[in-house]
Amino acid sequence: MNAPTTWRPRLAEGTAPVLAVLAVLLVALAFAGPAYSEPTGYLALLKRAAPLVLLAIGQYFVIVSGGFDLSVGSLVTAEVVIAARLIEGDDANTAWVIALLLGFGLLVGLVNGLVTTKLLVPSFIVTLGMLLILDGAVFLWTGGAPRGALSPSFRVFGRGGVDLPVVGHLPWSVVILLAVLVAAVLFMRGGTGRTLVAVGDNENSVRLAGGRVDRLKVLAFALSGVLAALAAILLGGFAGVSAQVGEGLEFRAITAVVLGGVLLGGGRGSVVAAAAGALTLEALFSLLNLLGVSGALESAVQGVIIIAAVAYAALGANPRLRLRPRAGTPEPAAR
Amino acid sequence: MTVDGDVVVRLTGITKSFLGVPVLRGVDLELRAGEVHALMGENGAGKSTLLKVLAGVHRPDSGRIEVEGEPVVFATPRDAQEAGIAIIHQEFNLLEHRTVAENVHLGREPVRRGQVDRRKMEADTKSLLDWLGEEGIDPAETVTRLSVAQKQVVEIVKALSTDARVLAMDEPTAALADHEVELLYDLVDRLRARGIAILYVSHRMREVFDLSKRITVLKDGAFVTCALTRELTSDQLVRHMVGRSLDALYPDRASADDLGDVRLALRGAGNGRVRGITFEVRAGEIVGIAGLQGSGRSAIARAIWGVEPFTAGTVEVDGVERRITDPRAAVRLGIGYVTEDRKGEGLALRQSIRDNALLVRRAALTGGAGRRKSDLGELLKSVAVVARGEHQEVRYLSGGNQQKVVLAKWLAVGPRVLVVDEPTRGIDVGAKQAVHRLLRDLARNGVAILMISSELPELIGMSDRILVVHEGAIAGELPAGTGEEAVMGLATGHTRGEVA
Repeated sequence: MNAPTTWRPRLAEGTAPVLAVLAVLLVALAFAGPAYSEPTGYLALLKRAAPLVLLAIGQYFVIVSGGFDLSVGSLVTAEVVIAARLIEGDDANTAWVIALLLGFGLLVGLVNGLVTTKLLVPSFIVTLGMLLILDGAVFLWTGGAPRGALSPSFRVFGRGGVDLPVVGHLPWSVVILLAVLVAAVLFMRGGTGRTLVAVGDNENSVRLAGGRVDRLKVLAFALSGVLAALAAILLGGFAGVSAQVGEGLEFRAITAVVLGGVLLGGGRGSVVAAAAGALTLEALFSLLNLLGVSGALESAVQGVIIIAAVAYAALGANPRLRLRPRAGTPEPAAR
Repeated sequence: MTVDGDVVVRLTGITKSFLGVPVLRGVDLELRAGEVHALMGENGAGKSTLLKVLAGVHRPDSGRIEVEGEPVVFATPRDAQEAGIAIIHQEFNLLEHRTVAENVHLGREPVRRGQVDRRKMEADTKSLLDWLGEEGIDPAETVTRLSVAQKQVVEIVKALSTDARVLAMDEPTAALADHEVELLYDLVDRLRARGIAILYVSHRMREVFDLSKRITVLKDGAFVTCALTRELTSDQLVRHMVGRSLDALYPDRASADDLGDVRLALRGAGNGRVRGITFEVRAGEIVGIAGLQGSGRSAIARAIWGVEPFTAGTVEVDGVERRITDPRAAVRLGIGYVTEDRKGEGLALRQSIRDNALLVRRAALTGGAGRRKSDLGELLKSVAVVARGEHQEVRYLSGGNQQKVVLAKWLAVGPRVLVVDEPTRGIDVGAKQAVHRLLRDLARNGVAILMISSELPELIGMSDRILVVHEGAIAGELPAGTGEEAVMGLATGHTRGEVA
């Protein structure tokens, strides 16, 4: 290299805008609502956002390696319904059911990944199929109304917290979220994580460099599945049991990831930005709520965001593209 | 009709800057009817920017453009097209599933009674093809069914159908197979004879000397010289382009002392595309593989790498028989492969220099991630990558620097055998020399190198011995410093050689 490398904080391309938007929203929240005049308000926001952030982190792994995971919303619903049915409100069942839920998430992820890589079905289709299968299975099993109940010790992850010195009371969901985020960052900095991004960019080059492309892709889906299970455990505790608990979460997670500047189709983006995207989305909904905007508008807002974020990624970052005259401009040549 | 030798287009004092960086600084260019004018220069010398100015894509900051003596301003590519200037790009802009005639008339279809007049379209195309002496192409044929060379003819006919008088051809032989290059020569000759002014942009020295009457050389965006081709030697031309002479182009070959143990040995190896391949490569030597395109020379390399494995015979690495069934197996045995398809197979373009250079280490070798952080810098320095820093995305690098990153990727795992396929394709003269020197240094440090190149001077200049492949088999082996004729003789099946 000919240039001396001076150290400065490095943000992956596309990270800066979402952090800026997030900062603006957090400040705006303080002005909009009295709840945000002290840290607990933000802690509550973080707690609310935790499941979506976990889903966004999982979705990030899949998107950055070149795929989509549309099955996570239905997976969350299925997990919660299964949990209620198997626990039957008995604390003695909590531990093994949690293990089973994580295992089921892993299994669904593995199936998504294996069908995508071995049967060569595009992940968009595989996970859409999985969405429908899980939806149908849940409906068949519950007949529309889930049975059973979660136990108090299960719900503690979504509702309860831990008292720590210095920081005070921390919700469990925030602790879990931070632990997952740190693990995800470390993973993405390591060789396997970097190779995963390279798979999304050019899987040929990875395969021909001796990499195991299929294995990496399956890993991404498996992580997404496990994180969906984790999100379901938090959501179940937080929001309770219903057959609609996970509805639409897959698109919300994709929106969050795209808002974080992660390139659809893979190859670029940071996991921190994806997580920040999820937090931004949640903060935005909270703000709209405080401003009295109808909750019914949420999905419309989400739709605008996803289109705008992708358009920004395609055009905004590259001023040359905007300035370049298009062929056929009706401007006569001066002769 | 212009008289032979009339100046059709004249550019004077063209300057152009992007974001304050001057890319062209006062370039002159004169294109005459019936003349082939070569434009040469290293990558980054400003050739493509000049082409884009000529095509009306970029508007120059200053300078004059004259068409037949009249000053003009090209505001859009369409203006340039209407002034009779057409650019034939390296990548063709053809609709593969439409016919030749439909492509030629795309967007300007003749209409009769509200319907596209297919008969007139085909007749017009036919007469242009005849005029060019390309009677072999049927105007009603679908473009997908044409060869690459024929598609190029269609592009040219498309340009001619808009009454182009100036054809600028950007690396026209880059996509062509060796035998098709001859056809292109004929075609250029016929275009010239019919009074078309041709601007021929190419890296390939020999083509330029064979075809052009005049050569304009650019260096760092500045005009260096415009001279008659017959008054230039290739040595002078290289000096104009880089300020170095041709003598220094290739590093010294290996001496007998440099050679070590046999690193790679193939015995009777074959698959669907090649058969009976037997040779050895020793530590410290560079063995060249010559052959026409499609002769199987790349198939041998890809079989060694495990992409399309051998199904017959044996492969020994360091004296041990191995079955290499996928690239991972090859990589883990210490075999590196610099692919000819740099962008498709060699690099992940949106990843950083660092991530690409570490790709093999991370992807194929377990437990190697991020290990010994410091030596990556050393490695990039040793291959002399010029970049803003190791976090720059490789797509922003020039072809030469990209190729150095590909090499670094393999050097990062310390290969014992390195197979290089067209290692200098599409990179400029300066980077080419750097790659050559690097390969020789590697050999000196005990790597066994197998080198494939369709550029014969390079292959002959670099190799310690040359294997010539013809129709899927080794036709013969030639010693260092063989003449091009001997290689071509074997490669075309003209002569039979002794198989080592």
